[in-house]
Amino acid sequence: MAQETHLNKKASESEIPASFVYEGMPEEKADEKKIRGNKFSELDQYINLYTKEPGQLIIILQKAQDIFGYLPEKVQAYIAEKTGTPVSEVNGVVTFYSLFSTEPRGKYTLDICMGTACYIKGAQELMNTLKDQLQIDAGETTPDNFFTVKSTRCIGACGLAPVLVVNGKVHRNANSGQITKIIKQYRKGEDGENKKH
Amino acid sequence: MVKIKNTESLRTIKNKFFPLIKQRLGHRNGLGITQVLVCSGTACSSADSQDFRLELERELDRHNLRDNVRVIKTGCFGFCQHGPIAMVHPGEVFYCRVEPDDAKELVETHLVSGRIVDRLLYQNNGQKANNIEDINFFKAQKRIVLRNCGVINPEEIGEYIALDGYFTLADIVLNKKPSEIIDRIKKSGLRGRGGAGFPTGRKWEMTAAQDASPKYVLCNADEGDPGAFMDRSILEGDPHSILEAMAVAGYCIGAAQGYIYIRAEYPIAVERLEIAIDQARKYGLLGKNLFGTSFNFDIGLRFGAGAFVCGEETALLQSVMGQRGEPSPRPPYPAQEGLWGKPTLISNVETYANIPVILREGWEWYSGHGTATSKGSKVFSLAGKINNTGLIEVPIGTTLRTIVFDIGGGIPGGKKFKAVQTGGPSGGCIPDKYLDLPIDYESLKEIGSMMGSGGMIVMDEENCMVDIARFYVEFTQDESCGRCTPCRVGTKRLLEILKRITEGKGEIEDLELLEELAFDIRDASLCGLGQTAPNPVISTLRYFKEEYIAHIKDKTCPAGVCKALLDYTIDEAKCAACGLCAKVCAAGAITGARGKPYRIDPDKCLKCAACEAKCPKDAITKGARREVVNIAENCILTGTGGQEERAAL
Repeated sequence: MAQETHLNKKASESEIPASFVYEGMPEEKADEKKIRGNKFSELDQYINLYTKEPGQLIIILQKAQDIFGYLPEKVQAYIAEKTGTPVSEVNGVVTFYSLFSTEPRGKYTLDICMGTACYIKGAQELMNTLKDQLQIDAGETTPDNFFTVKSTRCIGACGLAPVLVVNGKVHRNANSGQITKIIKQYRKGEDGENKKH
Repeated sequence: MVKIKNTESLRTIKNKFFPLIKQRLGHRNGLGITQVLVCSGTACSSADSQDFRLELERELDRHNLRDNVRVIKTGCFGFCQHGPIAMVHPGEVFYCRVEPDDAKELVETHLVSGRIVDRLLYQNNGQKANNIEDINFFKAQKRIVLRNCGVINPEEIGEYIALDGYFTLADIVLNKKPSEIIDRIKKSGLRGRGGAGFPTGRKWEMTAAQDASPKYVLCNADEGDPGAFMDRSILEGDPHSILEAMAVAGYCIGAAQGYIYIRAEYPIAVERLEIAIDQARKYGLLGKNLFGTSFNFDIGLRFGAGAFVCGEETALLQSVMGQRGEPSPRPPYPAQEGLWGKPTLISNVETYANIPVILREGWEWYSGHGTATSKGSKVFSLAGKINNTGLIEVPIGTTLRTIVFDIGGGIPGGKKFKAVQTGGPSGGCIPDKYLDLPIDYESLKEIGSMMGSGGMIVMDEENCMVDIARFYVEFTQDESCGRCTPCRVGTKRLLEILKRITEGKGEIEDLELLEELAFDIRDASLCGLGQTAPNPVISTLRYFKEEYIAHIKDKTCPAGVCKALLDYTIDEAKCAACGLCAKVCAAGAITGARGKPYRIDPDKCLKCAACEAKCPKDAITKGARREVVNIAENCILTGTGGQEERAAL
């Protein structure tokens, strides 16, 4: 009950999400503020929906990550305020689970499945090729914010091993040659889009 | 929507849907309708089965066949290696590896002209299998838990009801006492399928006996084992069986709320569950006053966010409550103090999937399957170096030989079988001498592995067992939540030693150290993750010690996996001196000139294998490292991996 009253008070205090500030927050331009405001009001809907039941912090964080792409400190602080949870607890949860990222990700996330079936069929080789080709380490993003390379725990498509997942699209029975081709295709696809504009 | 109040209204729904289902079970009941079942599980969907389904529908429209042909989404058939799968009824014609482009031919040849499309059939050693019963993969299986997968449309509650779904729940809520049902579960001999094998009936009894309220029913669908996909396939193919079982459990222990804790990485399973829960609520099979009685039961979903330790029940409780998934000591057991300190029944997906069929067919029937101590069947996901990767279900007590060679079709490429890994990161590797051992909870434990949740990875002669041990320890070390020291620090040290050995810097004393450390971690860790983390090391040390010794003493990797111990060499007799290898070599390790054989400098070589892939004459091979003695001596002299590094520990 005590938590609920705390919640209500906080909600009324920060009715306009865009005006939410915390200590040390960098200044923003007006249009950035507007976009951010829209995103925060979208997040508010989820917070209102899920705080009706106890223990829904993880799903709120997942929705926030869907909206913002990652979970920067200001989003974590905002969620902490709105749900009446200590910010340390929110940060504790964010850093505990591998699904959450506190760094922005590239446009395409290249996930190499590192489940056992993929591993014994050569997933490590694929990972080495990716790192070589893009000159980044696992968990990092290319300087042009285009690709993020990640390893993921088993996606359960062991019959197709080894697999590479690009933004949810599964590339099966992958080998190093194909990976080079796949990277090129995504880069080319991007160029094609740019030319259209 | 009228709420279902009794078995009569269930029967009305069953009668409506049953003719279609009957045909799928092999009856030629003169429906005048052809049904095409398209597998819509994760593996087949990843291989574009949904594009095939849409293309099929377009072709049917083009031929004006939509009234006579129904296209139906189903759950996993299990034959994932040969997916996407499409099955045509009547006739049980089983098509494999269908591509969107095949839709046209399938419609024109099979559905219009009535001839089977031969090239899409599965071949058993060169012989075409016209229907599913001719396929060896399915012959030795016994589908109890998976009975509805690949038969019903998981997004249509009516099809589940047509196969007697929810009748058991109705009968129990209306006519039976909880104690009677718990007694039946106990007599069936069902044990938890999550890995530990605790008797399910006793768990229900313990939770029912608690004098506190509210109580909760929790389903563990956090299938974290790499290489395991049983639970996901059940949820994707037959979600209502889990909902029904949880409602029965709720009635028996006196709970009104259930939760399913599922991995967010399983989007299809999540979607199917959402649809199923929604449909069940509309029919009044979940919610308030089920069947007009005072019994209320509802189910919510909770999402895991990628933490292996959350499969451990006390950690799972924390995660369901939105906290960091850190385990806590037991007792108190979740049955005494679980969610929000209240009694909570936790079981795994496959365990729940057994409940409706046990109650419908009777415990006597169920306990007729399996071995003396382990009853029923077990679902395994078969993967790795095996011809038929997929989802299988066999009576407990089946031998590994039947599973690997009869069902799995043996090892591809004529390679030699080396080991089966069961139980994921908590299990062990089983060598070929145990291929004829009937497997159950006890026998697997005796030989140093465990049943686990059912992942089964087959390895051949090209897999290095030291590297596999390192792989698993790397996994558990990464997933260790850090709460207790033996697990947090112990797995880290274990990993360091294993890395040292795979890099050729190990010493013979390391084996003793490994063993000692492994037993310490096992005995002193707080939860199941740490207690079982050393199992892959202990079992490989037990059965494949000679491989460890080869890495340490001879500085070679017999399987040719550990890079530091490999050399790439050019066969001078085969080399055409084309120079392609030298061009592709990023390290500049290859030298030579046109007309003369090329050579690789082992000190510069990065073992990237680029040259091997490029060579048109297959003249480049990898092999065990030569000049072993010199290199080993160098290592000690310069201190890399020698005494200094050990002292730093």
